[in-house]
Amino acid sequence: MTGMSRPPVDDAWLVVPLFNEAAVVGDVVRGVLPTFPHVVCVDDGSSDGSAAVARAAGARVLEHPVNLGQGAALQTGITYALSRGARYVVTFDADGQHRVEDAADMVDLARREDVAIVFGSRFLDDRTDAGLLKRIVLKVAVWFTNQSTGLRLTDAHNGLRVMRADAARGVRLRQDRMAHASEIVLQLGRTRLPWREHPVHVLYTDYSRGKGQSLWNSVNILVDLVFR
Amino acid sequence: MLIQVILLVAIGWVAVVLNRSTADARHQAIRRLLLAAFIVAAAASVLFPSILSRIANVIGVGRGADLLLYGLVIAFLSFIATSFRRMSRMQSQLTALARELTLARAALVDRGVVPDVAGPDAPTPGGPAVSSDDPRDD
Repeated sequence: MTGMSRPPVDDAWLVVPLFNEAAVVGDVVRGVLPTFPHVVCVDDGSSDGSAAVARAAGARVLEHPVNLGQGAALQTGITYALSRGARYVVTFDADGQHRVEDAADMVDLARREDVAIVFGSRFLDDRTDAGLLKRIVLKVAVWFTNQSTGLRLTDAHNGLRVMRADAARGVRLRQDRMAHASEIVLQLGRTRLPWREHPVHVLYTDYSRGKGQSLWNSVNILVDLVFR
Repeated sequence: MLIQVILLVAIGWVAVVLNRSTADARHQAIRRLLLAAFIVAAAASVLFPSILSRIANVIGVGRGADLLLYGLVIAFLSFIATSFRRMSRMQSQLTALARELTLARAALVDRGVVPDVAGPDAPTPGGPAVSSDDPRDD
């Protein structure tokens, strides 16, 4: 499970939606580049110079001219990665809460077992300490996503996913804002391609806790999903 | 009476403003017909206020003013609904446009036509733009 010793994954593109994460995105990009040489950050109209930081750290940076939302940034990155011939598209958060070892393990799993989609899950083991209230909200989100997608996932709204190119081509996100996390599961489920879940460890740092989705946001997500 | 003049002028103004928007032909036609009916009804209720009261009484509402309020509530709600739909459609058009722009620019950068630097108004973290020659972009 050591990330340093493995050879770089050069047929995968890491897609990192980026919005006002200048404080951490440089370290995140430098941390993933040895394992994933192809990293595209989609800067979604940041006002803190995140794009320049990510570019200096060595990522390929695309910039939305205006802020559109995380779902829109994700879709732009996926489309770009496919256009560059990615065999695997890995979605990865910019705030440093995902571990590159998990991402690499998930690509390995997809390759080894010939599955098209690997979802990261916080709840397959007990490494991730999310806090009671957050656990409850996430469990409700999981239930809601499973009801509407027909898949049986243990985690929803986890930003770490691996999609083989054929699965990624089935994704057309129309939810620009946070509700894309359910939409992407729905669209990937519709591809009928084989999928797995893989346990991941989400690092809740003070930084990510400070920026993370507030509980209010789950109300917005629900409204976006119902009225659209 | 002065109030009748004021109200008629206001109704006429609304009629002109609402008719200037463009959409697909059938929806636009329906909207204009409804609007025409509304204008006639509004003008009639101003000129002959007793008509409104009589209609209200027939359908079991106490006063004409109450009927007006109910109608207004429904009109307002439908306005919220249509503008919500219009806003989401505009948002997805904006997204498509912005994505196309971003990807077109990225393709130019990847082909080496334009350098990979931030746009002119892009914010930088305390200093001039940092442009790095990305070795992976050939």
